[in-house]
Amino acid sequence: MHLLYQIFIDPFVQMGAAPDLLVQTLWEGLVAGVLYALIALGFVLIFKASGVFNFAQGIMVVFSALTLVGLYAHGVPAFLALALTVGVMFVLALAVERLVLRPLVNQAEIILFMATFGLTYFLIGFGEMIFGGDPKVMIADQLLLPGGSYTVKMLGGFVQMQKIDIAAAIIASLMVASLAVFFQKTRIGRALRAVADSHRAALSVGISLEYIWVTVWFAAGIVALATGIMWGARSNVSFALEIIALKALPVLILGGFTSIPGAIIGGVIIGVGEKIGEFYWGPLFGSGIESWLAYVIALVFLLFRPQGLFGERIIERI
Amino acid sequence: MRAPSSPDVAVGDVLLSVQNVSLTFGGVKAVSDVSFDIRKGEIRAIIGPNGAGKTSMLNIINGFYHPQHGRINFKGETRAKMRPHDAAYGGIARTFQNVALFRGMTVLDNIMAGRTLKMHKNFFWQLLRFGPAMTEEVEHRHKVEQIIDFLKIQEIRRTPVGRLPYGLQKRVELGRALAMEPDLLLLDEPMAGMNMEEKEDMSRFVLDVNDHFGTTVALIEHDMGVVMDLSDRVVVLDHGIKIADGTPDEIMDNQGVIDAYLGVAH
Amino acid sequence: MFYREAGQYKTSYRADQALFPILQDQIGIVLILLAAFILVPLFASDFVIDSILTPILIFSLAAIGLNLLTGYTGLLSLGTGGFMGVGAFACYKLSTYFPGINIIVLIICSGFFAAAAGVIFGMPSLRIKGFYLAVATLASQFFLSWCFIRIPWLYNYNVSASIEVPARTLFGISITGPNATAVTRYIIVLTIVSVMTWLASNLLRGRIGRTWMAVRDMDIAAELIGIKLYPTKLLAFAVSSFYCGVAGALLVFLWLGNAESESFSINQSFLVLFMVIIGGLGSLTGSFFGAALIFGLPIMLRMIRAALDLPMTSATLEHINFMVLGILIILFLIAEPNGLARLWQIGKQKLRVWPFPY
Repeated sequence: MHLLYQIFIDPFVQMGAAPDLLVQTLWEGLVAGVLYALIALGFVLIFKASGVFNFAQGIMVVFSALTLVGLYAHGVPAFLALALTVGVMFVLALAVERLVLRPLVNQAEIILFMATFGLTYFLIGFGEMIFGGDPKVMIADQLLLPGGSYTVKMLGGFVQMQKIDIAAAIIASLMVASLAVFFQKTRIGRALRAVADSHRAALSVGISLEYIWVTVWFAAGIVALATGIMWGARSNVSFALEIIALKALPVLILGGFTSIPGAIIGGVIIGVGEKIGEFYWGPLFGSGIESWLAYVIALVFLLFRPQGLFGERIIERI
Repeated sequence: MRAPSSPDVAVGDVLLSVQNVSLTFGGVKAVSDVSFDIRKGEIRAIIGPNGAGKTSMLNIINGFYHPQHGRINFKGETRAKMRPHDAAYGGIARTFQNVALFRGMTVLDNIMAGRTLKMHKNFFWQLLRFGPAMTEEVEHRHKVEQIIDFLKIQEIRRTPVGRLPYGLQKRVELGRALAMEPDLLLLDEPMAGMNMEEKEDMSRFVLDVNDHFGTTVALIEHDMGVVMDLSDRVVVLDHGIKIADGTPDEIMDNQGVIDAYLGVAH
Repeated sequence: MFYREAGQYKTSYRADQALFPILQDQIGIVLILLAAFILVPLFASDFVIDSILTPILIFSLAAIGLNLLTGYTGLLSLGTGGFMGVGAFACYKLSTYFPGINIIVLIICSGFFAAAAGVIFGMPSLRIKGFYLAVATLASQFFLSWCFIRIPWLYNYNVSASIEVPARTLFGISITGPNATAVTRYIIVLTIVSVMTWLASNLLRGRIGRTWMAVRDMDIAAELIGIKLYPTKLLAFAVSSFYCGVAGALLVFLWLGNAESESFSINQSFLVLFMVIIGGLGSLTGSFFGAALIFGLPIMLRMIRAALDLPMTSATLEHINFMVLGILIILFLIAEPNGLARLWQIGKQKLRVWPFPY
């Protein structure tokens, strides 16, 4: 009986008792959600344009951030380092297209998926070898990202919002909006969607797969870099981020694998759900339920809507 | 040519009938208010132009699609919709337009898979394999080999089906359906993509199955020659509606059918 | 010309369906078993047995488990580590509560606990397929990992959250704990793995194997020939998790001697998945090849470093390991998606016509 009270009543009582804490938690959840959404955005870009589920997106986030920090540590000025990192991501996109995607053209999706596992492990090893495994500090100040926080008095208490988080939310929204427009309105965007539907058909109408793939992996690389910078600015840059990046998968389940706005909405739902769950229900179970709550949320969703929130209903034809 | 009015098999009572069945896919009316029956022991053809709803009709009988309206009466039992497992259990087997074989398995395994419903030895005997499970396996192997002999596919029994030419794949698929020892065999364009010789072979198989085992057959077919030669009765669909139902001769003379089809005989 | 079946006629279906119908294969397997059971303990060093052979056998078992689920039934799972952990912790708790019962019996029993976990976490497979199911298995992996840390009862409230294996004997010989010799543990693992591999091959050659492969190849058609999809999938989860659970228990009790929750993390799941991919999806022998390659890789790298006298730290070696692993996976997927098992088959094909090229 007491347990029922603890699960169903008490958390809401707590929420009402300290509404400023609720808003704080919601804000934290929103921020985390935006970052998950950015990672998911990288997935969506690549999947939308090549049908490949890029498991390596997470490690690309880490790798790009490490490259940036590493270059700066070697004396390269901050914005030059940024430009050089963008160049590195371009080279990475070229390499992936040449060495991984081109040989696997027309293969089953699951094969390409597993190839990105290989890519992930390679980048982990490569990154650790070059940059070392210990956590690094992101050069947020040098990149002119705002530090410090706003403290807003509300609802009987106060809510603290880090300026970097606000910047992240704004940058993320801008990215999402521009990418959505890009896909819908431009010629290249249309070509990308064609490639996602069928490699063979796209080839037969003269779309250059190589060009498309390099473009989209490069774009995903930029998104990864932005994510890495934002995330690194809030907490340090380390390989643990790679595992956290897996949380983008539940985001994709909710938001759909091909929907750009879906990535944001899914991200926010997961981020907020996770934070609220951890803060108000976590103590019941012992802490750390954040490690699996996102997946369980996605799982429950899947049971009711196997194709995700925004996904298309799969009609099987025989 | 087989005289349709004097069948070799005694045609009996109604085995399956669909009554006022309608099926819609989000706006597309696949089947609208269709009723017909299939009698025990006969060969029933379902014909019509592309997109007429023929395959959808078979899918409804099989339990893969569920109609929004109408009822299905099979072996005396009436249902609003069929479940795939009930259909298989009740003795309905089918082949598919795009061959639905298990590509990772050999011909032998595919046909043995058709015997699954008849194999009962439980998990623990399967683990051990010696004893009852093996005996059962060998017993069913006998049956499957009979089908392989019947279909003359002995040489390819260990070939993975993905490597076979299309015509042979269709034959293997027929074998898998026959392995279920069905009462009602649904064939979706069994002759598609075959040359004259292969069609003759396939036709002979269908006739033999109907003659020797008394299996009722419903087939979708585009080749008019085959339809005329093989079938006892024909039902014609067009845009999801039934436009004719009768013997092959009656259908050939039906103006509505000719219009719908531009009646081309191969 | 040595590896030909000419002259070997089968006169019964029973003989035709035997596990090793070709005489040369029969001789081969007998030789392998003899070598494994007798020659190795006699001539191999403790180091080779304990650092190479025993763990390869254990991981082969886990790879077989995952192969049953992913390779044969087509259900991609990223939860292998978690299920191995369930087996290990179940065995530990069982040995705490029933110290008198033979540890081998307990190891087998712990498989059932893992099977139960597999069924529970496999229930979403009723409605969820493909990638989505893989993400659902991630839920099971992370949840179980969390349980292994957050439920102190599991590790008997040990302060360091790790489990220490109690010493147990069989017929008076020490088989777990500090007194157990490498050879003893190896023989026990070898026996269990051999028997379980044989059982798996029995399942796969019969009705159940066919229903699994049918579900993998085209589940719609499987349904229409009367196969019930959901029970088939759940059975695959159960058997697969059983194998992973036993592997986990063997890992802790007969090899490591202790464990922390990190031993059963997502990285473990990936490692076993790589073994299955490289070894060959849908192949029992492939599971052994994959485990051998993945496990042998760090050792090979170490030997290369020693041979070429390269100035590399262990950390660097580990990083190179990761890189080589990643490259190998991509290479295999490009060149031979069916893994080492397929290469082995091609090799045997060539043997049949040797010394002629065709």
